[in-house]
Amino acid sequence: MRFYDLIFLALSTLIRYPLRTIMLLIATSIGVMAVILLTAVGEGARDYITGEFKDMGTNLIIVIPGKNETSGGGSPVDLAGVTPRDLTIEDAISLRKIDGVKNIAPIVIGEASAQFNGLERSVPIIGSTRSFLSVRKWEMETGMFLPGTTLERSPPVCAIGKEVEKELFGPSNAIGQWLRLGDRRCRVTGIIGTEGRAVGIDVQKTVVIPVSLGTALFNRPSLFRIIAEAENRLISDQIIQDIKTILKKRHQGKEDFTVIRQDAVMASFDNIFNVLTMALGSIASISLFVAGILIMNVMLVAVSQRQSEIGLLKAIGAKNKQISQLFVVEAILLSGSGAILGLILGHSITQVLKISFPTFNFLPPLWASYVSLIVALMSGVIFGLLPARRASKLDPVIALTGNK
Amino acid sequence: MIRIEKLSRQFEVGNQIVRALDHVDLEITEGEYVSIMGVSGSGKSTLLNILGLLDTPTSGNYILSGINTSEMNDDEMAHIRSTKIGFVFQSFHLIPRLTAAENIEMPMVLAGIKPKDRKEKVDLALSRVSLTDRSDHKPEQLSGGQRQRVAIARSIVMEPDVLLADEPTGNLDSTSGIEIVRLIEDLNKGGLTLIVVTHDRSMGNRSDRLIRLLDGKIINDDAK
Repeated sequence: MRFYDLIFLALSTLIRYPLRTIMLLIATSIGVMAVILLTAVGEGARDYITGEFKDMGTNLIIVIPGKNETSGGGSPVDLAGVTPRDLTIEDAISLRKIDGVKNIAPIVIGEASAQFNGLERSVPIIGSTRSFLSVRKWEMETGMFLPGTTLERSPPVCAIGKEVEKELFGPSNAIGQWLRLGDRRCRVTGIIGTEGRAVGIDVQKTVVIPVSLGTALFNRPSLFRIIAEAENRLISDQIIQDIKTILKKRHQGKEDFTVIRQDAVMASFDNIFNVLTMALGSIASISLFVAGILIMNVMLVAVSQRQSEIGLLKAIGAKNKQISQLFVVEAILLSGSGAILGLILGHSITQVLKISFPTFNFLPPLWASYVSLIVALMSGVIFGLLPARRASKLDPVIALTGNK
Repeated sequence: MIRIEKLSRQFEVGNQIVRALDHVDLEITEGEYVSIMGVSGSGKSTLLNILGLLDTPTSGNYILSGINTSEMNDDEMAHIRSTKIGFVFQSFHLIPRLTAAENIEMPMVLAGIKPKDRKEKVDLALSRVSLTDRSDHKPEQLSGGQRQRVAIARSIVMEPDVLLADEPTGNLDSTSGIEIVRLIEDLNKGGLTLIVVTHDRSMGNRSDRLIRLLDGKIINDDAK
């Protein structure tokens, strides 16, 4: 039998039973569409998160208090991984003298009520230094960020997010005003223009104050973390070594802190989200598998419905192989066109989502299209084989008289 | 051309063995016109199915054009059915979604013949059954007699040696039945070996040779 004859015969059956064909097309296309959409969300999430980190600038080294490790089995404090000693502002000061460090930004975070002129609002507060601005690549809308000497001293100043400005100061000019934060007061020096999030806090809703004012305000000497910016990427490793040496010396020889590179964090996020996307894709392909089983079911019914036709084909000279080819081609046509329909639907819906949610980037990965198409075609072959085999093995005499 | 030696076909029904054919010997020469008659269960359809290689005997030999068919595998039998044997059934067995022409084309499609060569043969077959003007009709748009003529055209399109007809007029009124009988008799006059299984005595009497079966045995074999 010639290839185009095979296609023609399979197509003529698909057209003959339109409802059945449409149902199966829908089933397969939903499967493929699910793969495209879910992987688009996964890739989008990855893009969103890594983009967030890319904003932070490069060559960053992060020092986090505490270290999770099993050490000796001595004191229960060690076993629990509890920080025996905090990172302090003095620790941050000590890191300034390392060669090749451009900026040091110690960070404390907390929350306090902000008051101005009778209006009160609970705001997340970041305590840091002037370096924080360049480390995070923030931009000021008006005024100035923190003054340059805030590592040791704590002048009562603050920079505020746009939303804080709008809510507390309204139309009046915020710069130069005294804002009450908890039991302290600070003068507003500038409005932060950047939008988005930093260390989990919405920039527009936050107030940034000098780090030592922060530790006093929260009555807590420990830092959330210290960010060091290296002059270039090549010396990052050396700087990490220096940081470890200095801090260990300051912490009675204990390495009770963790030093990581920004790009290492990004790489591991990248990894996590790749796995997430794969997992989402695999979950979605279960629906492709279900569609395959559906095709098999319908094909099995078709074999018994078309018994007499199969008998006839055998009587007029069809070989067993030809009969099974007919059914397999029918299954492949179904799953293949269903998959193409699903690809079209999946990508169009992604485009619609992109327009509807511009902040989140839906990125259907290219491999998802290929893989779902291949999986759909393979499920067509695999699930078409059993019915095809059954059809080809039919006894022609019984098939001819079976039903008419 | 057709030789059958001690041919038996048994079926197991439950734990009973039914002998549909019981040591049958038969010889049919080229160009003969043979009717096979008998009551239901006499084995006449089983005999026709075995002659058409749709069924295989339990024991005995069936030699077709000098070839012993009992040693053939499925594909070889399919090839013989394709090239040497034409079938006509009581219920026509046309494929409903295909047109008359496409139904007639089917054996050639299965045999892998080029579309260009097929077209010519389909036209010829259609004209031989006088249905040239109905070539684009689907079976549901044709009368019973016309459907059977399409089936006959399909059975001869590969130019077989033998035409096997199983109650070809069984589903037709007498007028179209006569038409069909005349049509296949004309084919026989053209040299095609014709074997007809029938209930219809008048039809059986038209043939050159009448074989009667009872309980799987030939009880009568009259040549005229």
